[in-house]
Amino acid sequence: MSASAVHSLWTMAATAPASNEIGKIDAPKIEYAQLSPTLIVIGAALIGILIEAFVPRRSRYYAQVGTAVLALVAAFIAVLALAADGYGTTKAHIAAMGAVAVDGPALFLQGTILLAGLVAIFTFAERRLDPAAHGNQVDSFAAQAASVPGSDSEKAALKAGFTTTEVFPLALFAIGGMLVFPAANDLLTLFIALEVFSLPLYLLCALARRNRLMSQEAAVKYFLLGAFASAFTLFGIALLYGYSGSVSYARIAGVVDGSVQDIDPALADTMGNDALLLIGAALVVMGLLFKVGAVPFHMWTPDVYQGAPTPVTGFMAAATKVAAFGALLRLLYVVLPGLRWDWRPVMWGVAIVTMLGGAIVAITQTDIKRLLAYSSIAHAGFILAGVIAMNPEGISSVLFYLAAYSFVTIGAFAVVTLVRDAGGEATHLSKWAGLGRRSPLVAAVFAVFLLAFAGIPLTSGFAGKFAVFKAAAEGGAGPLVVVGVLSSAVAAFFYIRVIVLMFFSEPQPGGPTVAVPSALTTTAIAVGVAVTLVLGVAPQYFLDLAGQAGVFAR
Amino acid sequence: MSFPLLTATAALPALGAVATAAVPAGKRNAAKSLALLVSLATLGLAVAVLVRFDPDGGRYQLTESHSWIKDFGVRYELGVDGIGVALLALTALLIPFIILAGWHDADPLETSSSRWRPTQGFFALILAVEAMVILSFEATDVFLFYIFFEAMLIPMYFLIGGFGDRAHPHQDEKTAAAQRSYAAVKFLLYNLVGGLIMLAAVIGLYTVAGSFSLTEIAEARADGSLDMATSTERWLFLGFFFAFAVKAPLWPLHTWLPNAMGESTAPVAVLITAVVDKVGTFAMLRFCLQLFPEASKWATPAILVLAVISIVYGALLAVGQRDIKRLVAYASISHFGFIILGIFAMTSQGQSGATLYMVNHGISTAALMLVAGFLISRRGSRLIADYGGVQKTAPLLAGTFLIGSLATLSLPGLAPFISEFLVLVGTFSRYPAIGIIATFGIVLAALYSLVLYQRTMTGPVKPELAKIPDLRVRELAVVVPLIALLVFLGVYPKPLTELVDPAVKHTMSDVQKKDPRPDVEASK
Repeated sequence: MSASAVHSLWTMAATAPASNEIGKIDAPKIEYAQLSPTLIVIGAALIGILIEAFVPRRSRYYAQVGTAVLALVAAFIAVLALAADGYGTTKAHIAAMGAVAVDGPALFLQGTILLAGLVAIFTFAERRLDPAAHGNQVDSFAAQAASVPGSDSEKAALKAGFTTTEVFPLALFAIGGMLVFPAANDLLTLFIALEVFSLPLYLLCALARRNRLMSQEAAVKYFLLGAFASAFTLFGIALLYGYSGSVSYARIAGVVDGSVQDIDPALADTMGNDALLLIGAALVVMGLLFKVGAVPFHMWTPDVYQGAPTPVTGFMAAATKVAAFGALLRLLYVVLPGLRWDWRPVMWGVAIVTMLGGAIVAITQTDIKRLLAYSSIAHAGFILAGVIAMNPEGISSVLFYLAAYSFVTIGAFAVVTLVRDAGGEATHLSKWAGLGRRSPLVAAVFAVFLLAFAGIPLTSGFAGKFAVFKAAAEGGAGPLVVVGVLSSAVAAFFYIRVIVLMFFSEPQPGGPTVAVPSALTTTAIAVGVAVTLVLGVAPQYFLDLAGQAGVFAR
Repeated sequence: MSFPLLTATAALPALGAVATAAVPAGKRNAAKSLALLVSLATLGLAVAVLVRFDPDGGRYQLTESHSWIKDFGVRYELGVDGIGVALLALTALLIPFIILAGWHDADPLETSSSRWRPTQGFFALILAVEAMVILSFEATDVFLFYIFFEAMLIPMYFLIGGFGDRAHPHQDEKTAAAQRSYAAVKFLLYNLVGGLIMLAAVIGLYTVAGSFSLTEIAEARADGSLDMATSTERWLFLGFFFAFAVKAPLWPLHTWLPNAMGESTAPVAVLITAVVDKVGTFAMLRFCLQLFPEASKWATPAILVLAVISIVYGALLAVGQRDIKRLVAYASISHFGFIILGIFAMTSQGQSGATLYMVNHGISTAALMLVAGFLISRRGSRLIADYGGVQKTAPLLAGTFLIGSLATLSLPGLAPFISEFLVLVGTFSRYPAIGIIATFGIVLAALYSLVLYQRTMTGPVKPELAKIPDLRVRELAVVVPLIALLVFLGVYPKPLTELVDPAVKHTMSDVQKKDPRPDVEASK
């Protein structure tokens, strides 16, 4: 900033009180009703903290699960009410002084996140799988997160029957952040939402009851890399501010396409500087691609997915992806459409390496959670193909894909929690041999999820894949579609390999057993199967929904 | 609204599959009978379709059309032409025999577990395949066809990998299991890759044509309102053709078939080659030629060469096989070469011959393979070298096996002769050189079928075979009707040709080809 600009800033600051009346700051206008889904969830999370503080340890679990479930259901009803009121279509607008959009994509994604979150909370609350320790039912989370693994303090906590019921408010905070993330309509809100949902996730990753060291390692990796990504995003935001003189999406978009000409005198030297725009946009997009798990920002995915407690992995894989793709869509379609000739080639490249990279590396995996992690990377690539389409079908197909994908993912990870041996979950693939002989139903359900991941017709995976590829082809990305189907073929290979293992291999002596879950996990899996088949056979209603929701408020 | 007959032909086996799968563990025989009953009822519906279908009526008959996925432009559209009816009837006809022949195939897998129900699974999967194959013969919406074309791989895959042939005395169970799952995976991967490439072409077709309806697109192409760039049409054609060539299978994409047929039980092998693979050749006729007539003509020379290679190569490899089922598989590759040759010769004899060939090959291979399966189950071995002199101990078995072999080599008087003859005549009138080379396939066919018979059935009786029983009543019930059909259609093919010919004329007019004049000068 030049000296004169600094001077003008100072003089403006000095003269401002003289021209305005002191002490009169307009209260911001907040549309509480329209923000109610987020407010309900965040409020419930705060109540959860109070429960931790005041409710006796015995009843905390029930109080927390009850609060979380009620909050998510209430928030979902709020989303439905808003959508029924026309906020998804005709009444779409920007609420909270231009900070949060209430429009079709936002409501659709919020609904998806809330439902996925609800199902994930069921898997969080499962207490039937691990054998009871010292007469206390236990869930997938550490008895006391603060005690060092293997220490006396941990043993004491186990013996006392402690459970980490903080996971429920943490998950609610994460969901609250995720609800804002795809709706954020200025860069600061975007960043705050990013942090609000990331920090609880880092914590949740570290809370596994079994393999605690691996879990903590995963959390540290996720945190460090996530912090880097956040820093990049923040730096990008600063540069974009320098370029446009605002953090509001509408204004940045206006400056990019030239419709806003007036120049903030304080930023006279930087405004309109394309270098700032390009670098800033690249950094912000990079931060989002990190959350999405796109190559080359995917390095954290396999380690974190493997180390985190499996219910958390399922939640993260589904809901984070939904939120991050929502934010990416809004950023690219609302803020940077004027820049598409610059970002589209780059995104082409990212989509291609993500699809191929995820699919090819997955072939060599021997751990089911790592395998699903690489599969989620490949899926990020497919979704990016829809993002690149830059047409209305692109938006609606991505929305549909995200909804379809998140339920398959949570269901698949829920099945993973069931297959256990003496050391907890048996995630090594060799242990899954012959599962189809021992538990035909569980193996068949998992096979349905794998077939959906592989995109076999009559499953939701196929409908989603077809939707994004069709949008991409219509958007002029034909070669991307060809790469997409080729990597689907590669990906099909390793999904099929798991099916082969389950059904055609002889069971290993001393192999894992399938735990009988309570109604909670059963519900999560049943919802997953039902959504997979319904979206596969009769997707029209949901495509309509996604189609109606496919317009961003500007 | 009239009764949706075509939907019923697919819905019945689909519901039957669900019902069969739901039979409790203890009631194995009930599951078998239920599956058989359902397949017979489906055959009844297929006969009703045959009766209601008027060969000289409109092109697609018994049509049904409902909106399905509006956003994708997908409709649930069914309709059959003569070719579709013939193959629908073939499928419905063969499934009861396959079920009857596979009556005990799942028994060795039974355990005392109350949750593991292999018998129910086996028969439910067969019915599921039947439903999907029938729908793909009936679909006149490209997307609808694609869905079933692709989805049928999954039950098929479980049939191959889960219920493999255990008749391999020279191998331990572990190696056999590894080979089985290798065969199943190879089958799936080949077909899945083919299908996914087709998916890209399906999407491409939609972006060009804006519709998935076969009739709409074909009409728009015919009246010139839909103009495709030459290169676009060629790429799309290749995308479709690749998938069908894998399924058919055409050299050099054939290598999954010998594995799949060798490792699965005889009834499943029949299901693969006689039923499922027909979808590939059928789809070439229905989709490649109708949607992409110009590109089809452009690709004809290359495809004819591949078809001839298939014919000769398949037959040569069949001669060299030591395993009975792999021999039949290579023979099938040779026969599929003839079918594809007939389709792309672009003459009406060729295409009529190809359609008849699909039906006749289905019946003749079923006869040969199922008898071979009965033989293999008696000795517990697939190797030709383990047999000899069977005709002395089991004359009925040997006799029916001989008829099956003779049908495979297209002996006059049996059904396959007419179709092979038509294909060769149809090819010769346009491409004499190709016709001449293809004829060598017949000579080789005589070699592999007769040598197979000679080695297994004649000569001194092997000690292990001295006490094998002859065909049982259930087995005769499978074989005799099939042989009767082979003889009937061999002597009196008219009903079949009358059914098929009008449909072939339509296809010929799609590609705007006329038969060459029937004198030798004109073909130069």
